[in-house]
Amino acid sequence: MSKDYKLAKRRYVIGGFICLIVVIYLFRLFSLQVGDDKYKENAESNAFLRRVIYPARGLIYDREGRLIVFNQPAYDVMIIPKDVGNFDTVALCNTLNITKEQLQEKWTEMKNPKKNPGYSAYTPQKLISHLSPEDYGRLQEKLYLFPGFFIQTRTVRQYNYAAGSNILGNIREVSATDVERDRYYRSGDYTGDLGVEKSYEKHLRGVKGVEILMKDAYGRIKGKYENGIHDVAPLSGRNLTLSIDMELQEYGERLMANKIGAIVAIEPSTGEILALVSSPNYDPSLLVGKERGKNYADLVRNPYKPLYDRALQGAYPPGSTFKPTQGLIFLQEGIVTTSTQYPCYHGYINRIRVGCHGHGSPIAIKPALQTSCNAYFCWGLKNMIDKRGTKPYDQLTKWKDYLVEMGYGYRLGVDLPSESRGFIPNSDYYSNSFRGSKWSANSIISIAIGQGEVLATPLQIANLCATIANRGHFYTPHIVKAVADTVIDGKYREKHAPSIKKEYYEVVAEGMRMAVLGGTCRTANLPGIEVCGKTGTAQNPHGKDHSAFMGFAPYHNPKIAIAVYVENAGFGATFGVPIGSLMMEKYLTGKISETRKGLEERMFNSNTIISSGVKSH
Amino acid sequence: MGSNRTEANVSVFRSLDWFTIILYILLVSAGAVSIYAASYDFDNASMFDFAEFSGKQFLWIGLSLFIGCIILLLDYRIYEAYAYPIYGVVILILIATIFLAPDIKGSRSWLVFGPISLQPAEFGKFATALALAKLFDSYNFALNTKISNYFRALIIIFLPICLILLQRETGSALVYTSLIFVLYREGMSGLVLFSVFCAVLYFVVAVKFTTPLVMGIPAGEFSVFVIILVIYAAMLLLYCRDFIIARNVIIGFIASGLLAALLWVCGLHINGLVFFLVVLGLAIAYTLLAMFHHRIEKFLVTVAFAVVSVLFLFSVNYVFGNVLEPHQQLRIKVALGIEEDLRGAGYNVNQSKIAIGSGGLTGKGFLNGTQTKLKYVPEQHTDFIFCTIGEEEGFAGSATVLVLFLALILRLIHIAERQRKPFGRVYSYCVVSFLIFHLCINIGMVIGLCPVIGIPLPFFSYGGSALWGFTILLFILLRIDASRKERRD
Repeated sequence: MSKDYKLAKRRYVIGGFICLIVVIYLFRLFSLQVGDDKYKENAESNAFLRRVIYPARGLIYDREGRLIVFNQPAYDVMIIPKDVGNFDTVALCNTLNITKEQLQEKWTEMKNPKKNPGYSAYTPQKLISHLSPEDYGRLQEKLYLFPGFFIQTRTVRQYNYAAGSNILGNIREVSATDVERDRYYRSGDYTGDLGVEKSYEKHLRGVKGVEILMKDAYGRIKGKYENGIHDVAPLSGRNLTLSIDMELQEYGERLMANKIGAIVAIEPSTGEILALVSSPNYDPSLLVGKERGKNYADLVRNPYKPLYDRALQGAYPPGSTFKPTQGLIFLQEGIVTTSTQYPCYHGYINRIRVGCHGHGSPIAIKPALQTSCNAYFCWGLKNMIDKRGTKPYDQLTKWKDYLVEMGYGYRLGVDLPSESRGFIPNSDYYSNSFRGSKWSANSIISIAIGQGEVLATPLQIANLCATIANRGHFYTPHIVKAVADTVIDGKYREKHAPSIKKEYYEVVAEGMRMAVLGGTCRTANLPGIEVCGKTGTAQNPHGKDHSAFMGFAPYHNPKIAIAVYVENAGFGATFGVPIGSLMMEKYLTGKISETRKGLEERMFNSNTIISSGVKSH
Repeated sequence: MGSNRTEANVSVFRSLDWFTIILYILLVSAGAVSIYAASYDFDNASMFDFAEFSGKQFLWIGLSLFIGCIILLLDYRIYEAYAYPIYGVVILILIATIFLAPDIKGSRSWLVFGPISLQPAEFGKFATALALAKLFDSYNFALNTKISNYFRALIIIFLPICLILLQRETGSALVYTSLIFVLYREGMSGLVLFSVFCAVLYFVVAVKFTTPLVMGIPAGEFSVFVIILVIYAAMLLLYCRDFIIARNVIIGFIASGLLAALLWVCGLHINGLVFFLVVLGLAIAYTLLAMFHHRIEKFLVTVAFAVVSVLFLFSVNYVFGNVLEPHQQLRIKVALGIEEDLRGAGYNVNQSKIAIGSGGLTGKGFLNGTQTKLKYVPEQHTDFIFCTIGEEEGFAGSATVLVLFLALILRLIHIAERQRKPFGRVYSYCVVSFLIFHLCINIGMVIGLCPVIGIPLPFFSYGGSALWGFTILLFILLRIDASRKERRD
């Protein structure tokens, strides 16, 4: 037991240890609290008002340097509830031109923890936002009557064009989650919502500054603390230059008036998006100022979903615009050569039947693209999937991998929020959906003509078109051409090339040229410009077929690649081709030739929204 | 039988350690007041509103007093008899937590039952303490008799650590490492404790002072070498108790130091690394040659200690740069004052220092703290609750709280030593270890002396789990202690 006795002495070591620590901590506390004045000064916030100075948000220009979005001042009435003494409510209401009830309502709203989670009686709170300049002037004069009140100057957005709202987005007040996620924000700050305002928020917002003002015991401001030497000036946000051509964008929106759908135009040599139209659209200035909340709610309730960016988020069956991808895969895989011909007796007939329309038979790849022959591509897929000595499972995996390389099935990575990934079925998908029973080309044949399970966004279709225009490579489509004082993300300068030979792209391009000269896209045959195109008519469960078109021009050294998708508008040739060709003509020549004015007029005035199946009008 | 039981209960309350209970009540009440102050809202002042933090906390406190009474009413033998089953159940709950808990700010340690959430890691403490006490209480058990005894103790300690790490709750897991004090008290060599202390010291000094250069090596590294030499000489003198060898080594150190200084003045710059390695190498060689007439083990331990220290020093930079994750590096750097990152990791610490520092000698007065009210200090009602005390009650208040904690810990050490059986003693030391760790780390981080490790201040921080966890820990201890007089079995 003597040993145990020795161990019992160890209590002094442990006890000594904690005594030592406590003594060290006491010294530290003493030096912090009594010895050092530095922290006391820091905390004298009772006598100071730290007023945030908001930076000017970055401006937004289009590719031609035209100003699209700029700022104008707005005034918010702020209060520090703790400092608000008794004041003349009637005087305040008269100054601000509001009723007593309205003031009461604003007050309750400010204190409601659900609506204003950052509420504290000790910090500045926003009572009324967006004061008119007149009200601001009147209140500024009488501010001394209202202790605890002050005015915060902010900027709100102004728009030079009533177009491109899906690209631009808007700004809104931060939510509680925003504040939690990013310490930069304080309750009441603004942040970008949708569009580039959201995706380039960190560039656009700048850095807040602060000015330190002195208050008296009644909370009235007595001027700057030490003449402002402790103030921090705000840093303005960076200006953005979009790759959008705003006139083309506006023109596209006019063409799409009273239609549901999207247009995406890309400059093939850079991947810059020239126009990104989603229809129906709305005027971006609706989401500015006092009426924002009401207008936003209206847009959310609108049955045509104008807030939904169909160009990026709409996943549609690509229809016949998908056929070039099939031709490329078959050529690369050696399933067909340029001279391989398949029969078409008004369709693909091999136990099942996929219909087609009148043209010569048998048919090779270029005329098949020209006439948009269903049978040719069904035969091609059949010969690929059911190729002797291979398993459909592996063949479809190869097929899928090519499409993923071409930008289908996954998000392309455009610099706008909420892009959809579309859908490209893989082998497991079919193994699951056929519940393990054997499947072959015939079970999935409709994917050869862009129907069935295949879904693509208009952006993906435009990107395919740009790849063909480039004869085999693309740059990730992007909407911001330049950010002031910095460079854009390197991923938008990176060349992506699917593993398909350039010569096969040449074949497809030639087929698309033939479609314009004497096939499905004759309307797109512009005088003096060699246009290439491919129509699409996509069956869908929502009613009339969707009308689609993709094309690029000129044939050699293309300047624009475009995809048009109009919901429930019938054949590709009736709406897709005219709209696409007008867009290309407008972009390449700057005007519409006299002979095509009639066509333009018809597009402006036609209405396909009535056949969309959405009930309320 | 029934009358016996009543008698036992009466004697329980008579032999309770009321000093500890008074300390407990003082601390918990001070905690309740602080939480009320920390979450006090200028115009929604309702202390018992259950939507408010303080309202909820009063509920937790009431329930924990209830739990405390139940623990005291139960037979003390229950804790001994069911130590392992309790440990087993808690371990199972900890495992289940990993899978069931939702992701809250990156950690999966909270079980949510409707309006209340519980953190099982807090209840792992008393279970681990019981299991460890039971192990040491087994027949003829002594830590040092068999190496396997160490393993059994370490398994009991490391099982909850691993499970809590899997819940990504590093702070709560680290708490269990404090049980090294228990092992030390029960016979683990003091050298181990000393090594841990040295390792922390070397690490802090080496990482903190990367500049300026002294003799061509960073000042931190230089200082660590000096400390290693001092410890080497001190161990020869105090641990090996060999006056002659120690004297010669000390003379050698001083002489070579003077020589190096002289050469430096003459313009001959010796590299510090080479210098120290040569000096230490010579000293070790001399010791090995001279020790043959003596008790060899202790000299070998001394030599090994020096060698391992040097190797440790070399690996510190590697570990710091390559093993620790960037946010951990940052927290450590901020705590050591190397980096002042006022917007990021340093924000909490800086704001809490401002809040505490602004308190002055006597504080701003109850509910008058502006820094905490303005919500400049994040987590002000949980991990940073000490700020509110510092700001509103000043040095007087915060020092009082520290001294109350110190008194509690010393009292518990006293209680531990008066236990007749190892069960009670080991259990009490476990409670002491947990309290020491929580106190050192929590207050250390709030006043900027420790890295920010998110663990609560016992009895103060908002939250039912921590309060209940510590209440259970303490009341089981009190119940075991109250029975020490009845133990005649």
